[in-house]
Amino acid sequence: MLARPSEQPPFTSAYGPMAPERFEVIAKRQETADTWTLDLRPRDRVDFPFAPGQFTMISAGGAGEVPISISGPADDPAVLVQTVRAVGLATEAICAATVGQVLAVRGPFGGSWPTEVARGADLVIVAGGIGLAPLRPAVLDALAHRDEYRRVVLLYGGRSPDQLLYPEELARWAERGCEVLITVDSAGPEWLGHVGVVTRLLRRAAIHPQRSFVLMCGPEVMMRFVLETASAQGISADRVYASLERNMQCGIGHCGHCQLGPTLVCRDGPVYRWDELGPWLEIREL
Amino acid sequence: MQTIEDLIAVAPVFDGLSKDYLALIADCARNERADAGKFLFHEGDLADRLFLIRSGTVRLEVYAPGRGSLAIETLEAPEVIGWSWLFPPYRWHLDARVLVEAGLVSFDAACLRGKSDADHELGYELMRRFAAVMVERLMATRLQLLDIYGNAGAAV
Repeated sequence: MLARPSEQPPFTSAYGPMAPERFEVIAKRQETADTWTLDLRPRDRVDFPFAPGQFTMISAGGAGEVPISISGPADDPAVLVQTVRAVGLATEAICAATVGQVLAVRGPFGGSWPTEVARGADLVIVAGGIGLAPLRPAVLDALAHRDEYRRVVLLYGGRSPDQLLYPEELARWAERGCEVLITVDSAGPEWLGHVGVVTRLLRRAAIHPQRSFVLMCGPEVMMRFVLETASAQGISADRVYASLERNMQCGIGHCGHCQLGPTLVCRDGPVYRWDELGPWLEIREL
Repeated sequence: MQTIEDLIAVAPVFDGLSKDYLALIADCARNERADAGKFLFHEGDLADRLFLIRSGTVRLEVYAPGRGSLAIETLEAPEVIGWSWLFPPYRWHLDARVLVEAGLVSFDAACLRGKSDADHELGYELMRRFAAVMVERLMATRLQLLDIYGNAGAAV
């Protein structure tokens, strides 16, 4: 079994990891046409401690359960924040939940972003699309401990300007000492920012290869290209961490649906150091 | 004060080029500034120049009837703009609009081609370097075309 990149809070449910707990929707914000952020408060306990990078299994009614990364700050465990994109029955039901509605949540599961390894170094966060949601807790954690890092850089690629997550927050992060570079794949004349793939930003950010740690999340093909670019710039794979998505169902390494080579993503991931996992990702059948 | 040779020597595309060759290509170059909003060239124009961006931002666009100007890519220092100057019929395939006032080194394309014809080793060096730029841009464009952030490629 591969080592988890970072320790995470112990599982704290009184009912065991397979029993969902009740969480009430206390606020809801629309991020893009199909993506919503929900603030959830636990009904059966006072807080929900987690570490940046962990995920929950969440469901609304009988529509099915899905793994969703936690996107809120870890230093506010009283509220569970989840950003969800409506792409199927289960996620559509979650996104349709109204304030006051109760959702079923299990977790938190998995390991966390190893933000501590980058302390004293440059932290480079590369996000693609909704991949910014799992990285948001890492950004917030880094900004809460800003003086412990040298550079904190966020490179964020999206499909188009109207599909970027947390646009107002991105500006605030920049004010708090995060270098924020954004690019989109396509845009009309009104967009004055970057156009192009996120790997181009990696070159423009002038990353110091021996002084940087990279955290990334996004479509797997994007992460492959990011690694290629990072490698060409001299950043070794053991300084790159990625959060993976697989078919996670139990969340505790029992069912085996999320197996990837020698590892179960729900239990040993979803965050991996790339040199430990990269070779398995090259096997197309996995 | 920096000479043109100094300015182009630090550009990655010319990295490692000998001083003699830098001096040769510097003979084809001049400094320019371009205000925001100005077009460096339009699709179909004669590709008689090559640009090295020193500062500012330039956006490559394609005009689509009914949709207006669509942004394809933005370029910044120390990137180069254009390879249409290398191949007949030497016509630009895109528009290049200055987004943020730009400092540029512009090269006379006919001058560069002439020096490359006269010295094939220089020609090979330039072709090799611009081929690398083209490959990088091609790979980026392919990734862009995959629409990886669409529903089918949803990550989380």
